[in-house]
Amino acid sequence: MTITDLSHEIDASILAKALIAGRATGADFAEIYIEDKRSTSAGLDDGKVEQVTSGRDRGAGIRVIAGDTTGFAHTADLSESGLLAAAAAAAAAASQGGGGVNTVAFAPMTRQSVNSVRIVPSSVAKSRKVELLMQANDAARSIDGAIVQVSAGYADSMKRILVANSDGVFATDEQVRTIFRISAVANGDSGMQTGYESLGHTMGFEMFDDNDVAELAIRAARQAIVKLRARPAPSGAVPVVIKCGSGGVLFHEACGHGLEADLVAKGASVYKDRRGELVASPLVTLVDDGTMTAEWGAIGIDDEGHVSKRNVLIENGVLTEYMWDYIRARNENRPQTGNGRRQSYSHLPMVRMTNTFVLNGTQDPEDIIKNTPSGVYVAKLGGGSVDTASGDFVFGMTEAYLIENGEITEPLREGNLIGNGPQVLQDIDLLGNDFAMGGPGTCGKDGQGVPVGDGQPTLRVKSLTIGGTAA
Amino acid sequence: MSGSSLDSELQLVADRIVAQAKKGEQIEAYVSRGQETEVRVYEGNVEHFVSAQSQGINVRVISNGRTGTSYAGTLDESALAEVLAEARENAELGSVDEWAGLAEPDGVAVVEQELWNEKLESYPTARKIELTKELERLTLGIDPRVRIDSADYSDASIESAFATTKGIRVSGRENGCYTSVSTLADDNGETQTGWGFAVGKYPDEFDLSKAARDGVERATRLLGAVKPATKRTTVVLDPFVTASFLSIIGSTLNGEAVSKGRSIFANRLGEAVASPVFTLIDDPTDSRAYSATDIDGEGLAARRNVLMQDGVLQMFIHSSYSARRAQTVSTGNAIRGSGTPGVGCLALQVGLGTKSQQELIADIDDGVLIQSVQGIHSGVNAISGDFSTGASGLMIRNGATAEPVREFTIASTLQRMLLDIVAVGADIDWLPMSSVGVSLVINDITMSGV
Repeated sequence: MTITDLSHEIDASILAKALIAGRATGADFAEIYIEDKRSTSAGLDDGKVEQVTSGRDRGAGIRVIAGDTTGFAHTADLSESGLLAAAAAAAAAASQGGGGVNTVAFAPMTRQSVNSVRIVPSSVAKSRKVELLMQANDAARSIDGAIVQVSAGYADSMKRILVANSDGVFATDEQVRTIFRISAVANGDSGMQTGYESLGHTMGFEMFDDNDVAELAIRAARQAIVKLRARPAPSGAVPVVIKCGSGGVLFHEACGHGLEADLVAKGASVYKDRRGELVASPLVTLVDDGTMTAEWGAIGIDDEGHVSKRNVLIENGVLTEYMWDYIRARNENRPQTGNGRRQSYSHLPMVRMTNTFVLNGTQDPEDIIKNTPSGVYVAKLGGGSVDTASGDFVFGMTEAYLIENGEITEPLREGNLIGNGPQVLQDIDLLGNDFAMGGPGTCGKDGQGVPVGDGQPTLRVKSLTIGGTAA
Repeated sequence: MSGSSLDSELQLVADRIVAQAKKGEQIEAYVSRGQETEVRVYEGNVEHFVSAQSQGINVRVISNGRTGTSYAGTLDESALAEVLAEARENAELGSVDEWAGLAEPDGVAVVEQELWNEKLESYPTARKIELTKELERLTLGIDPRVRIDSADYSDASIESAFATTKGIRVSGRENGCYTSVSTLADDNGETQTGWGFAVGKYPDEFDLSKAARDGVERATRLLGAVKPATKRTTVVLDPFVTASFLSIIGSTLNGEAVSKGRSIFANRLGEAVASPVFTLIDDPTDSRAYSATDIDGEGLAARRNVLMQDGVLQMFIHSSYSARRAQTVSTGNAIRGSGTPGVGCLALQVGLGTKSQQELIADIDDGVLIQSVQGIHSGVNAISGDFSTGASGLMIRNGATAEPVREFTIASTLQRMLLDIVAVGADIDWLPMSSVGVSLVINDITMSGV
């Protein structure tokens, strides 16, 4: 089964008419973003497949820019009259008077897709998807009687997009994503503990050829079981070692958001005016790469119709580049970087990360632990958040252990860690050679969620504040 | 949704889906159509103006104890047929669940709410833009150290209809609006952030001056903040922070979580789980609440439920599904999502104390006022009870606020925090959330810093 790109279903001449209508009040830019998304999800809880859900979202968002003002309207009506009405609404929203005649000539279509989808999820029987849930449930419950509850979720989506604008951009992409999540609850003398694992890729159902959901389920269950004997996490500042593939969220929060050009332009980032400066330990080279096939944040084109790119943001500790969308790049008269993204057709695009990661260092990860007399080893991180203006950020640890005399010892209860971005980047003093990407993430900004990936090798931060209750 | 059953166009769409039920099949249809306006102002100009329309349908089918759901973001005829067909197909794949089923009408009377304001509907667009600019101007006029990240205005209206094969039929409409400002304050190369907002039934009710003052105060009072020493201390949660805390506590009283063995308060009914000064009530029928509503996500009357009285756990909240599992009745707490309704609090409030925040602080020799928390989603686990968040605020010394502090965490467990509440303020603030804001004093919290 192949996927048809949206240009076969949408008449380009109607798009051109709508773009002309969008600029009829004198605006200098008009853009149409069309999305057709189908999704399937299934959820298991308490041993039962509680529901299977199908969803369909289809519509267009029309953006018109006049001077510094953006007008935006969206509609679920993709007919010629629907698109023209939305274009008129967007034009009115952006209108600053004026008016005039304009034309649109599309460049040859860009069809860029990072998917190498072998098995389109909609071609797989839903019963097969439901079976995966049962397998995971059985596996998690099989390892220990202390596992008292399991929930699991499967979801896939196929999102086809088409972007056309008055500069002549005409591009399509098909983004297929598949995700599986499992969480387990263990009960013991000290109360309940939870374990969670997820697996998600920008690929089709073939994801399950190389990944066993039972194994994933057992990992989640073991995490909960181990934590039954966890002690309260320490409080205060300690050295922290973060396992490869689990700590990319640290960079996402400590500096990723702060390198987004919209926040920089408003002076809401501690990294404003710091290009060319040493902002991190020289060990750190940070990359944002939308082209990484199959990773959760991969995109063929961004949601403004530009081909995704690999952008080096920090090189050997020196800040080299911010991430840009169309508007911010236009204001600075420089190229965008393929980072203009939006949650759906009903949202305005803005600067967003894709897959953000730190390249390998040279240390053996074993040595990093051995060289840490005491501290905390974080094997799995939860989410995080950042105040980009002050640089203060937090991230949660969902699986962590004490390090005593250079060895990993007791498991710790959950908590947040807090640090200041620029300080923490300087404080990275050991970097491993075991790079791995982490699990699928959803990054929230200004009310919009987009899929992102992250990754890093095992590393040490010489001092981070850990939010436990133990002395 | 207001609890009338007008034969609106949407009601007819919902009715038509439900009328297609086959023998032994239960169907629920929820149909909605909405409009929203969003204005963002920056440096005196409109940065963006969004005018949007949306529509959608959610269908749930239960057949032989199996549930399937489907939704579409359009009301096209072809989509309507497809949505029902998909939900039916999906229902064949679910497990048989003896408790699956739609809500039965329970005869509880609906407390009518005024959820629609005609003045908002006819409010001129130009004035929406003007008031957003005004908020930015007011904020910039207070303190030269303050800049604006953005000033925003947002309104939304939604019309919806609901029908089930159990004979529940309701349709109605509601609208709402708010405005907010995000601030940045600079001093000595340091930047801190703040925010302020105003709510009202329509924009003329906004208190823009208060929103501006709050935005300025929150950002400027953190300037020069230092990282505090690690210690156990007493915290005063600012009303906004308390609202987040109450939402988490509310989630632990979810009857479905209790049945499924995920609540820290299972088997604790009738026991003192909180301090005697703490009374927790979910009351969506109180029209002062921002999230006041007349019906829940299954079309049953929303109602006042006392969850904890003087610290004693009184009840769990239920949808019709969780109630059947627990052999009790729905408490009108079904929450709509894209699939089967969940269970949640609709409008939490607490029994008030007698003191203002300043008076509460005057009673504390050594503590910290928590202005904001960071990372509730990553550092609080409602199943284990672990609580750990990033925080910023002001130290309290000898009964008064002192130097600002930031980049620290506060930690305890939910179970202990409830028992360690020493006072509830009288400073109620009806925030644009589903929990009320009020100052809350909690002892024995670990503050982790240097």
